Amino acid sequence: MTSPLTSPEAVVDVAPPTTRGAGLGDALVRSLGPIVLALITCGALLAIVGRDPVAFYSDILQAGLVRPSGLQDSITRMAPILLVAAGMIVAFRAGMWNLGSDGQYLLAAACVAGTAPNVLAAVPAPLGWLVLGLVGMAVGASWTLVPAWLRARYGLNEIVTTLMMSFVGTGLANLLIKGPFDGPSTVPQTAVVDPSLLLFDLPGTRIHIGVIVALIAVAAVYWVFSRTSFGMRIDVLGANARAAQHVGIRVSRLIIVTFLLSGALMGLAAAVDMLGIFGYMRADWNPAYGLKVVPLVFLARLNALAVIPFAAFFSVLSIGGEYAARRAQLPSDFLLLVIGLVLTFMVVTQYLTDKRDRGEPILPRRRAGMARA
Amino acid sequence: MPDLFTSGFLTALVVGGLVAGVPLLFAGLGEIIAEASGVLNVGLEGMMLAGAFIGFVATLLTQNVWFGLGAGAVAGLLLSLVMVLFCIRLGLDQIVVGVAIVLTVEGATAVLHATLYGESYPRLDAAPRFAIPFLSDLPVLGGSLFTQPVIVYLGFILVGVVAWVLRNTSVGLHLRAAGEQPASLDAAGVDVVRIRSVAEMVCGALAGLGGAYLAIVGAGTFVPFVTNGMGFIAIVIAMLARGRAWWSVIGAFLFGMSLSLTTALQLVGIDVPVDVVQMLPFVSVIVVLVIFARDARLPSALGLPYLRGSR
Repeated sequence: MTSPLTSPEAVVDVAPPTTRGAGLGDALVRSLGPIVLALITCGALLAIVGRDPVAFYSDILQAGLVRPSGLQDSITRMAPILLVAAGMIVAFRAGMWNLGSDGQYLLAAACVAGTAPNVLAAVPAPLGWLVLGLVGMAVGASWTLVPAWLRARYGLNEIVTTLMMSFVGTGLANLLIKGPFDGPSTVPQTAVVDPSLLLFDLPGTRIHIGVIVALIAVAAVYWVFSRTSFGMRIDVLGANARAAQHVGIRVSRLIIVTFLLSGALMGLAAAVDMLGIFGYMRADWNPAYGLKVVPLVFLARLNALAVIPFAAFFSVLSIGGEYAARRAQLPSDFLLLVIGLVLTFMVVTQYLTDKRDRGEPILPRRRAGMARA
Repeated sequence: MPDLFTSGFLTALVVGGLVAGVPLLFAGLGEIIAEASGVLNVGLEGMMLAGAFIGFVATLLTQNVWFGLGAGAVAGLLLSLVMVLFCIRLGLDQIVVGVAIVLTVEGATAVLHATLYGESYPRLDAAPRFAIPFLSDLPVLGGSLFTQPVIVYLGFILVGVVAWVLRNTSVGLHLRAAGEQPASLDAAGVDVVRIRSVAEMVCGALAGLGGAYLAIVGAGTFVPFVTNGMGFIAIVIAMLARGRAWWSVIGAFLFGMSLSLTTALQLVGIDVPVDVVQMLPFVSVIVVLVIFARDARLPSALGLPYLRGSR
């Protein structure tokens, strides 16, 4: 009945709630090793296509971290990344591959940006933010319903269904922006929210309070998984759905609930972006956080608090990377290459450290047929 | 209401659907083989994209469509070796490695395209077509339906071959056993790892070929992200096909039709927004999935690495 595929929990050893001292070095190797290896490989590739890797990386650091405005942009960028990561962690720990976050995010973003001007004109801003945040969460959650139902009812593999829904959501978001939510501007985009009605900035900065919201959400997810029976049930489901059934967990319902929660967090990410930075949404705009955030949550071993430094790294990489890529006349899709390699090196590092922990030789033994591979 | 059943509309719909579906035919066929053997190839999208890019570059350099298609297939095959090494030999997670392949190839092809062709945007000449005698003389659809590049005919022949191999040969039996009960196959003295490796490599080559077709014959050029989710649709087709190779034809044709419907509707004066066009294939896949959900079935050992002696 249910699909036999490995669950995301099987990919990494989920970090225990408290890791004090012991294994810190190991954790560092597992987390930083892949990043360093990926950056080195990408540096080599940059050199091959005739760009100066040192200049490229120092541009990234300069624009994403050193320059005060860049640092503030990077911290601001962390808000959606953290929320998307939190959404993924909720689903992944339940053993559900919600890979459709792009559609969930974009559809929620379109609905929030489309209704924001009217909502914020009608009610006081803080109440409006709350309403719009809930709108985003509801829309994001609703877009997971079909995959969740198909998975819960028929055991239909959720990887493909969430991806399919993601493409549909992307198209639908564009249709909404070109249709009912089209603003007064000539290009297809929603009406712009008055900047004074956007989320407050932290005093003296350009960092909006959405970052705080994201940190609270991440902490809440951490708390749920480390302190509550609800989180425990999700973990049991993720570890072994059949065992979960046997200990009396209502598996179908829990699958749907975790999917809805996951989608709601994606929607909240969209609401925070729309109300914090942009104030409007243009058709065909797509930050495509989805697959790029996957490596981060695995590097953090599905631990919501541990995701924070990786989200910070990714934010610097993406803010600085846009500038560095422009200077090197490369597309900003270069970032995909870095992230893809991080993921590749992560599975390799994971494999090697696991092998060492079991006391096996790190290099694979040559088996018959190995040479032909 | 304009008359929908004009010959122009039908031609655009059926022939357009056929042509637009061919990349998916190859990729879906490959994924059917891989999934039957127990490997879920999430990296299919990346393999198609790599095939599209390499195939395009090779055609541009040699001005020969066959070299281009061959190079695309080789590119897909080389990428599949990553899956073979990491997932089939070492038993690492197939989904994570698949996602890694997609991301890496998306980034790599975008960067390479920008560095090599970012200013020139070269295009290829139309691929030569071959008219099947007699059939191409049939009225209404005959002329356009049976005047296609040779690779299209080869694709349909290949589906028949694969269907026959899967159903009627011992290789096919071993392949399906590797997906259902790898331990039993191992006990029977057949190397599960080798069977799965071959299946995965065939899948990679077919995905690369499909991608190359998309760039060389279909679009005549390469643009970053040209596959636009086609690889994932191929996975859905394989899930619904349950090892029946002919389903790749049905799936590819349905997908192609939903793409060509727009062109066809435009011919009779109905304008469809581009977003609807891009959504339509995915909407139809979701609808099909909802209707046939209870029938979709995966091999029982799909996605689980087989390492002798573990468990």
